[in-house]
Amino acid sequence: MVLTIERDQNRFKQIVRGAIRRNLKRYITRREFIGRRGKDFVSIPVPQVEIPTFRYDPRSVGGVGQGEGEAGTAIGAERGEGGPGAGDMPGEHLLEVDVQLSELAKILGEELELPRIRPRGKKNITQDKDRYVGINRVGPESLRHFKRTYKQALKRQIISGSYSPEQPVIVPIREDLRYRARKKVPGPTANAVILYMMDVSGSMEDEQKDIVRIESFWIDTWLRSQYRGIESRYVVHDTEAKEVDEETFYHLRESGGTRISSAYQLAAKLIEHYYPADDWNIYLFHFSDGDNLSDGDDELCVELITNRLLPGVNMFCYGQVEGRYGSGKFLDMLADRFESIDNLALSRIEGREHIFNSIKSFLGKGR
Amino acid sequence: MNLPSELEAIRESVHEDARAYGLDFYETIFELLDYDQLNEVAAYLGFPTRYPHWRFGMEYEKLSKGYTYGLSKIYELVINNDPCYAYLMKNNSLTDQKLVIAHVYGHGDFFKNNLWFGHTNHKMIDQMANHATRVRRYIDRFGFQVVEEFLDSVLSLENLIDQHSPYIRRRERELRDDTVPGDRVTVPKLRSKDYMDEYINPSEFLERQRKQIEEGRKRKRRVPESPEKDVLLFLIEHAPLEDWQQDILAIVREESYYFAPQGMTKIMNEGWASYWHSKIMTEKQLSDAELIDYADHHSGTLGTRPGVINPYKLGLELFRDIEDRWNKGKFGKEYEECTDVEAKRKWDRPLGQGREKIFEVRKIYNDVSFIDTFLTREFCEEHRLFNYGYDASTGRWVILDRDYQKVKEKLLFQLTNLGDPFIYVVDSNYENRGELYLYHRHDGVDLRLDYARDVLVNIHKIWTRPAHLETVVEGTRRLITFDGQEQKDRELEESLQLQF
Repeated sequence: MVLTIERDQNRFKQIVRGAIRRNLKRYITRREFIGRRGKDFVSIPVPQVEIPTFRYDPRSVGGVGQGEGEAGTAIGAERGEGGPGAGDMPGEHLLEVDVQLSELAKILGEELELPRIRPRGKKNITQDKDRYVGINRVGPESLRHFKRTYKQALKRQIISGSYSPEQPVIVPIREDLRYRARKKVPGPTANAVILYMMDVSGSMEDEQKDIVRIESFWIDTWLRSQYRGIESRYVVHDTEAKEVDEETFYHLRESGGTRISSAYQLAAKLIEHYYPADDWNIYLFHFSDGDNLSDGDDELCVELITNRLLPGVNMFCYGQVEGRYGSGKFLDMLADRFESIDNLALSRIEGREHIFNSIKSFLGKGR
Repeated sequence: MNLPSELEAIRESVHEDARAYGLDFYETIFELLDYDQLNEVAAYLGFPTRYPHWRFGMEYEKLSKGYTYGLSKIYELVINNDPCYAYLMKNNSLTDQKLVIAHVYGHGDFFKNNLWFGHTNHKMIDQMANHATRVRRYIDRFGFQVVEEFLDSVLSLENLIDQHSPYIRRRERELRDDTVPGDRVTVPKLRSKDYMDEYINPSEFLERQRKQIEEGRKRKRRVPESPEKDVLLFLIEHAPLEDWQQDILAIVREESYYFAPQGMTKIMNEGWASYWHSKIMTEKQLSDAELIDYADHHSGTLGTRPGVINPYKLGLELFRDIEDRWNKGKFGKEYEECTDVEAKRKWDRPLGQGREKIFEVRKIYNDVSFIDTFLTREFCEEHRLFNYGYDASTGRWVILDRDYQKVKEKLLFQLTNLGDPFIYVVDSNYENRGELYLYHRHDGVDLRLDYARDVLVNIHKIWTRPAHLETVVEGTRRLITFDGQEQKDRELEESLQLQF
C-alpha cells in the first residue's frame, strides 16, 4: 500500500510554521514559556490553521457524562477541545497548537537568520544514560511495575481458585512481582556552557527584569537546539555577585547599588575553574540597565573583559535594558573601548518588542 | 487474503462463529498494518487514496502524537464498502486480534444491514480514488495553491448538507408558471365610459404595464423557493463557478453524504460491534490463558471518563438492556403503566424475544431514535448518567444534575444533526442585490461567532457576492455579514425567515 500522508503532513507543518512565523514576535514576548525545556510541548494559539465550520460553543452546549459525583462536582479539564483561545486577536478563530519548544526555537532561528553554530572542542563525546525499557523479576520496590504485577497476581489467583468476583481483592506474592529493568543507552555529554549574568540592583525595574528573563530564556532555548548537551550557570549581582540556580535567577527580586565588575570577576573565576576553553564552548550574557558605580569600576570591567573573559569565550554579549527613566552609560563606554571585536556583541533593548532584534545581534555571528 | 496462517485460522474460526450467531456481512478483506500505516489510513478516514489536503496531515500528526505518548491506540479500522476492508494492527497480540476480528464482523453486519447505510456507495474505495484523481488533475492544470485555497473554502462548508435527504422521495415540484391561464396578470384600469376606454386606457400602455409587473414578480420570486438545508447543493447549482470548482464542491458533498450515516449511528455501530466481540469471545473463542488479556483490553475499550460519553460503552449497555427487557417482557402498555417499582424491577414474562429485538433495532434505528426510544429512566440511573455544563464563574466543567429528562434531552441535542447547528439558505438575491442570506435556526444555543465569521468569508469566496447569516446572539436577533471587504454585524428588527 502506497500512502501519501507525508506530503499532506509536510504541507500542514509548513502552514503551521508559516502562521507561527507571522506571529513569532508576539509569542516570544510571552512569559509563560519560561521554565520549559526543549522537548516540552508548549501550547500556542495559531490563527487560521483549522478549517472553520458553523458550530456551537461547547461551553454553552455542555454534555452528558457517566460516573459518580454530586451536582456541582467538577469533572476535570478533560474536555480538551475547549472554548475560544487566548483571544488577543479579535474576530479570528484560533487553534491551540502544541509545538515543541525546540521547534519554536528553530523557527526563531530561521526567522532571525541565525547561522548554525559550529562548535569547537571535542565532539560527540557521549556518556551512558539509563533508560527503563525492560521488565525484570527482581528489582527495587521503587521500580515495581504495578500493572504487570497486578495481572500476574490476578492470573495466579484465578488459577488457584482464590479469586472471588464478589470480593475482588488481589494480593501479589513474591513470584508475581515485576519490575522495570534499565538498559544503558549512550547520551550526549555537555561541552557547552552558558553563563547568564543579571543586574538585580534597585534601579532595575520589574519590566526590565522580565525582558532579561524572556531574552535569556530564548537564547537558552536556541543554544540548546544547537548543542547536544549544554550547561547553564546563573549569576546575579548588585554590588556583589553570587551564583544562583535557574529558579532563583528567573524569580529573584533584590535591591541595592551596582558594581558590574563583581559579576565579571565571578564569571572569570567560574570559567577558569570549571570550563577550560580548549574543551568548552562558552557563552557569556550580561544584562543590566547600564548604571554602574562611578569609582572607576568601569575601568576594572574593561580590564576583566579584555584579559580574562574575551580570550576564552565563543561570545561575550552585553544587553542594556532601557527603563522608564532611561539608562546608564555602560553600553556607550563598552562601544567606545571595544570596536569590531569578533566575539563581543552589544545590544540596546528598549522594550519587549526589541528582544527579537537583540537576540539577532547576539547570536547572528554564528560563533 | 494475505493474513499469516496463524491469524487466518483465527479469522476463519471467528468468521464461523459470527455467521452461526446470524451476523450477515459482506466479504471482509483483512490487512495487517504497522501502527504508523494504521495512523495514516485513519487520518484518511479509512481510505488509502484521498485527494491531497493538509487537514489529513493535521489529523495524522494528532494521531501519531497520541500514539507516541501512549494516550490513544487504534486497534482496527473498518471501511463501509463491498467488499468490506478491515485494517488490523500488526504487532497486536493474538488475543487482541481475535477480539478485533470479532469486532470487525460486528461492524460489517451493521454496515450491511442498518437502513441508514442503505444509500451509501458500496464501491466508495473506488470512488474516493476517482475523486483523488480528479482533484490531482485540477492541481496539475490550475496550480496547487489555487486548488488548495478553494478546497479550504469548500471544506469549511462540508457539514452543510441535509443528511436526511437521501431517504426522502419528494414530490415533483408543481410547475409554477405565469403563463398558466387564470394566473394572468391583470392591470388595473382607470374608470371610463366604454367608448372612451381605448383612449383612457390605451392597450399598448396596458401591455407595457403588464410586462413590468411580471418582471417585478419574477425578480421577487425567491430562490430557493423554500429554505434549503443542503447548502452545498445550492451552491453547486447557483454559485458562479468554473467547472472544476463545481466538481470539487460535488466531490466534497458526496464524501460528506457518505460519512454522514457513520456519524448518525456512532453509538449504535460501536455498541453493536462491542456486543458481538464480547459475545463471541466469552461464549466461543476465549481460552483460559487469554482471559486476563481479553478482560484488560475489553475494559480499556469500555472504560468511561467523567467528561465524555463512551459510545462503545453506552451502545453496548443499551443493546444488552434491550435484549434483557425483551427477554423478560419489560415493555408495552402494561409494563409502562405499572407504578410499583419493585414489581417492575422483578418483572419477568419469559418471552425470549431479546435477540430478535436487537437485530431489529440494529436494522431500523439511528442514534437519535435509538436513544429516544430505549434510554429509560432505570437505565439512566443504573449507569449513573449525568448532565454537565460549563461554570463560567469558576472556569470549570461541573455536574449539573442527574435529571433523566434533561440528560436525555442533552444527549439528543448533541446527536441531532450530528451535533451541528441547523443552517439554511433562504435567499440568494437578498435586497435584490444577489447577496446570499443564510438562516440559523436557533435551538437555544448560540453559535461560536469567531468561527461563523470565518465561514462567511469562505462562503463569500464561493458565492463572490456578500454573504449574510441571521442568528441569535445572547437573545438578540442579529445579521452577520461579510461583504468581501469587512465583517459587519447588526441587530435585526425581524427575521427574514419567520415560518420556521
